[in-house]
Amino acid sequence: MKPETINKLKISANAAKYDVSCASSGSNRPNSGKGLGNASPWGICHSFTEDGRCISLLKLMLTNYCIYDCAYCVNRKSNDIQRTTFSVKEVVELTIEFYRRNYIEGLFLSSGVIKNPDYTMERMVSVAKDLRLKQNYNGYIHLKSIPGSSDELQQQAGLYADRLSVNIEIASESNLKMIAPDKSFASILNPMNTIKNKIIENKEERRKFRHAPRFSPAGQSTQLIVGATPDSDQRILNLAGNLYNSKNLKRVYYSGYVPVNNYDKRLPALNEPPLKRENRLYQADWLFRFYHFSINEIVNDDHPDLDLEIDPKLSYALRNPWLFPVDINKANYETILRVPGIGVLSAKKIILGRRYSKLNLSNLKKIGVVLKRAKYFITCNELKAPTINELLPENVKKILLSENKPLKQFKKSFYKQLSLFPVN
Amino acid sequence: MNLFIYDQTFEGLLTAIHDAIDLNIKPDKIISIKYFQDDLFATKYDIITDSDKFDKIWNQVKEKSNEQNCQRIFKTFLSELSEIEMIIYNYIKLIIDTPYNVEVNFSEDSVIKINNIQKKVGREAQRVLMFVRFQKTVDDIYYASFDPKYNVIPLTVAHFRNRFADQKWVIFDTRRKFGYYYDLKNVREITIGNQKVNFESGKVDNDVLHVSEKLFQKLWKGYYDTINIKERKNIKVHMQFLPKRFWKYLPEKDFKNTFVMN
Repeated sequence: MKPETINKLKISANAAKYDVSCASSGSNRPNSGKGLGNASPWGICHSFTEDGRCISLLKLMLTNYCIYDCAYCVNRKSNDIQRTTFSVKEVVELTIEFYRRNYIEGLFLSSGVIKNPDYTMERMVSVAKDLRLKQNYNGYIHLKSIPGSSDELQQQAGLYADRLSVNIEIASESNLKMIAPDKSFASILNPMNTIKNKIIENKEERRKFRHAPRFSPAGQSTQLIVGATPDSDQRILNLAGNLYNSKNLKRVYYSGYVPVNNYDKRLPALNEPPLKRENRLYQADWLFRFYHFSINEIVNDDHPDLDLEIDPKLSYALRNPWLFPVDINKANYETILRVPGIGVLSAKKIILGRRYSKLNLSNLKKIGVVLKRAKYFITCNELKAPTINELLPENVKKILLSENKPLKQFKKSFYKQLSLFPVN
Repeated sequence: MNLFIYDQTFEGLLTAIHDAIDLNIKPDKIISIKYFQDDLFATKYDIITDSDKFDKIWNQVKEKSNEQNCQRIFKTFLSELSEIEMIIYNYIKLIIDTPYNVEVNFSEDSVIKINNIQKKVGREAQRVLMFVRFQKTVDDIYYASFDPKYNVIPLTVAHFRNRFADQKWVIFDTRRKFGYYYDLKNVREITIGNQKVNFESGKVDNDVLHVSEKLFQKLWKGYYDTINIKERKNIKVHMQFLPKRFWKYLPEKDFKNTFVMN
């Protein structure tokens, strides 16, 4: 490893950093014998950058040369930036050395498309293959699948990697065509389908032959850019819901668009990335995956966009006051999950704890319920307090919003140093 | 006031609990000999650690609840909090006195307390897995120091042995002055600190570092600085996830690594 590699590493990391996926969970690859590494099922973060994101995987671009010209991408061919290409050996050595020092949980390898999709994909697969076969490495590998590469390469990639992913990026086909003329929904959904079918096939096969090699054991994921096109939250979440259902995706990531190519007039002029909206989308995604909500309950034709001021679960509760108050000591699990301020863990603890005695507010507080929000939506073994139905939703919203803001007198501008000699 | 004095081992604590239940005396305080200060008005009970008594209580807890719950109690003991003895006493007493498995009765205070402390200990152990950074030395041993808030290094050894099965490594707890050494076959407990290590910063002296070590630290620091998206800066979340007390171990937070390479 030469000291000059640092420049390559920096250029490559700079090119890869806008990919948000950094999960290292979901795979279970034990260390076979005396090799290096194991992929633990829950995943581990190893560091955090100043933007608050975790570093779990070494995120690299094999090369940031690209033949495509997508408007949202920093690596588009019309951008005049430093370009570099790693050799397979360099990536392998970096991964191993970082892994041995416990800097990273594994490798996330992506690439710009050079020559043709097959050529690019082949080089990426050979990195994974070297790591697994030559280095005896059992850590996590996430490979970006290059749209348009052959089935055979996908097959090989799935055998060596823990997770494969294809990024869909834009939520509607017409907008995708507009800002990424080289891509189409078909070119993205086809490889997704291939991967999905292979995972299902592999599961069948492993049922018959216990030692059949696993295919992409941590499943596949994708990413959607938020705020680069005028797509509504409804459209984005519906697409995500469809992908979860029909493509068996493990995760859909939402990436607030960071304005990297401001000169391109097809993109909106943003001062800063839409971080709040991204946050709300993730919350909605969680409601869909863990809280038994359907997409239609979170966003629908009447409310196509998520409320940026309050979280989607609270906003759902305020829109549907007739579902509340919920009796904590009687209601079923699904109903308790819908109360704002009660999460999956608290709901489970409530179900277990109330078998032994009726729960009151102090029990709930110790269990971990956020009473500040929950108290307007529940009744428990406690004197009756005003709930959302007596206070009315709009007032509850006002109360909750005012609690979040610092009181007026604590604001810095409120107090002013008095002048000893006032000028009249 | 009843004072039980034990030898700061887990076995000792369970012996104390056994004696308290056996003698039908409610202790006001169970305290380790290390922190014991004489008290004129207290009735003192010196506990002699007895593995039979330990087994008796241990098996009783196991029968009444399950193995997992035993592990949970052990984990809370590792927290070394000052009041932990009485919390464990109350919990075990509750388990033994209740006819059903009290483990999931979250309306009981001591159940919630034990669960919360256990969670804290688990989180600290997780942080060891996250923020331990090995430095390669000339004799090909990967060395790391750490000073966890709770005594959690023993909980992490299995993880590191599985993961780094083909490299020799040392993890040293600088607060409690002991560590573990893996010699490609077994993990051994070690107690003497190497003179070549600065316990304050956890750094190995330059003359025993492997030639490539500095380079990889710089590469990692370079990577860390670049992967950050400046437009999304969010220091609050950053500090929440990566508290300052861990920074001294992290080469990416070592500002000396920045300027050397162009």
